[in-house]
Amino acid sequence: MASRRLLLVVMVVLGLCQIGTAQSPTYGVGRAPTAEEIRAWDISISPTGKELPPGRGTAKEGAQLYVQKGCAGCHGRTGWGGRAPVLISSKISKDGPPVPANGMAGMAHEPPPCLAPCVNDANAMAIHSPFATVIWDYINRGMPIGKEGTLTPNEVYALTAFILYKNEVIKEGDVLDELSLPKVKMPNAAGFALPPEEWKHGRPRLQNYP
Amino acid sequence: MSSKRDRRGFLKNGAALATGLTVGAVRPASAQTPAASTPSKDIKELIAYGERSRFETAVRVSVGGRPSPDSFGLTFHVLAPLQDSFGIITPSSLFYTATHRGAFVPDINPREHRLMIHGMVDRPLTFSLDDLKRLPYVSRIHFVECLGNRANANHKTVQETHGLTSCAEWTGVPLSLLLKEAGVQNAASWIVAEGAEEVKGASSIPLAKAMDDCLVCYGQNGEMLRPQQGYPLRLMVPGFEGIYQIKYLRRIKVVDRYYMTYDDYGHINPDPKVAALTHQIGPKSVITFPSGGQQLPERGFYEISGLAWSGAGAIRKVEVSTDGGQTWKDAELRSPAYPMAHTRFGFHWNWDGRESVLMSRCTDELGTVQPTRADVAKFWNESPERSRVRGADNSVQPWKIASDGSVRNGLA
Repeated sequence: MASRRLLLVVMVVLGLCQIGTAQSPTYGVGRAPTAEEIRAWDISISPTGKELPPGRGTAKEGAQLYVQKGCAGCHGRTGWGGRAPVLISSKISKDGPPVPANGMAGMAHEPPPCLAPCVNDANAMAIHSPFATVIWDYINRGMPIGKEGTLTPNEVYALTAFILYKNEVIKEGDVLDELSLPKVKMPNAAGFALPPEEWKHGRPRLQNYP
Repeated sequence: MSSKRDRRGFLKNGAALATGLTVGAVRPASAQTPAASTPSKDIKELIAYGERSRFETAVRVSVGGRPSPDSFGLTFHVLAPLQDSFGIITPSSLFYTATHRGAFVPDINPREHRLMIHGMVDRPLTFSLDDLKRLPYVSRIHFVECLGNRANANHKTVQETHGLTSCAEWTGVPLSLLLKEAGVQNAASWIVAEGAEEVKGASSIPLAKAMDDCLVCYGQNGEMLRPQQGYPLRLMVPGFEGIYQIKYLRRIKVVDRYYMTYDDYGHINPDPKVAALTHQIGPKSVITFPSGGQQLPERGFYEISGLAWSGAGAIRKVEVSTDGGQTWKDAELRSPAYPMAHTRFGFHWNWDGRESVLMSRCTDELGTVQPTRADVAKFWNESPERSRVRGADNSVQPWKIASDGSVRNGLA
């Protein structure tokens, strides 16, 4: 009995050693972040939506937030024609011409910017992005400019719903949450492809391309 | 500043008094010997952080003349003055700049900056700058090029046609070292790299590339990165388009799929063939002298000079045509040909005073040859007039030399 237990201990120790040699760090520099630190920093949202936090929002709530949170100030009251990227395609929008927001003197006189990559009617997020998760992710990580990270999950769901509704992707009454958002059928869902072959060192970009 | 200027003015005036010739002290007549004893500048400025001669005027300009930073405070794309460049290193002051979607350049305290590696790893890790500087590092010379580096007929100079590329020596820790330290799990296939600026620009990068030759850089041309280049930490993804070279790098998440970030979606295409031509830069070259807007003063000898680079590896050969692509002759490589780096070429040319069209094309270590626009049109089975270069535009750039010696964009 005792010898069997000893054998077991030896096997476990040997096993641990093997795992250790295969995977142990070489330099031991840096420190392990806590689970809380990772949660706070991990703002990436997969197209599957697996990192989405619980929450819900509708286009109606989003319409109010769009004004309250200052979105209209940069993106235009109608979601286009502002100085920041187009959010609501002017071809789809039923709203009138853009109204320059207060405090943005000269906005109406400068040409709309074409940031990199250029965001205009054709590639506004709701029109061009194959997944609705991209919209949620970007509002959450980068907006409102200067106050990033201050929106609650419910507010981000609501603003995402507002943008999708205004671009005629979802209905006004649709509720977006962590389960329904990744399932939104986007107009450009089939509009992207990865290269035919996985990237590999020494492989030409595209066979037979001149 | 003002006291420096005053002192400089005093020195200048003093020199002028000493020689008795205001012009002579500043700009000696070509036939005369310059006054060697005249101090050129406030010596303090030269010692603390060197400046170039005030006679040198090469500067970056913004794309399309758009102010940068604009009245909104955002930095847009700024072009490097390739027409004034020598060799293969772009001075950090003149390195082209582009930001994620037009972002603010953040003011980051390096002591507070952290890089976190997490996701599908056995041991998530956080590094400070000091941690990273303890680790083995390499210095490599690599170009960076924006996907928007796309010549068109409206461009006048090589700065406008090709100025969204630059090349520097980068120093940092191989990303593979950091990923091995964290222990990448078997099912992983991509990474998402993310910056710390306000929009936290992020890109999906194949794990194979991340493990191959990417660097987590803090050094550029022998000093810390410049703020516009990602101070204090940036990712170098050699040969890939600029948007992957994540500045202000703060987080790398190891994942099992393409994540379609905001920056990713802007570059998508439904055609896998176009996608293949989008991520990595193809073999590309351009003549920087003589180039658009320059003037040949007379017929006779000129050394044609230019740059060649490829996202697939080192440049093996550069050819130059002085007759609009009818005949090609080998140029000489005038610099080391490093993988994924600008490579300088030169070509002896005697201009006979007649109209000429100058072109260059390069071949990289995979044997891939830089295409003309006609080659590209043929591949897509289109007429050359209606065809456009898909993905990263690496087509041949023509410069037209008129009989009066003026140089113009051959696409116009």
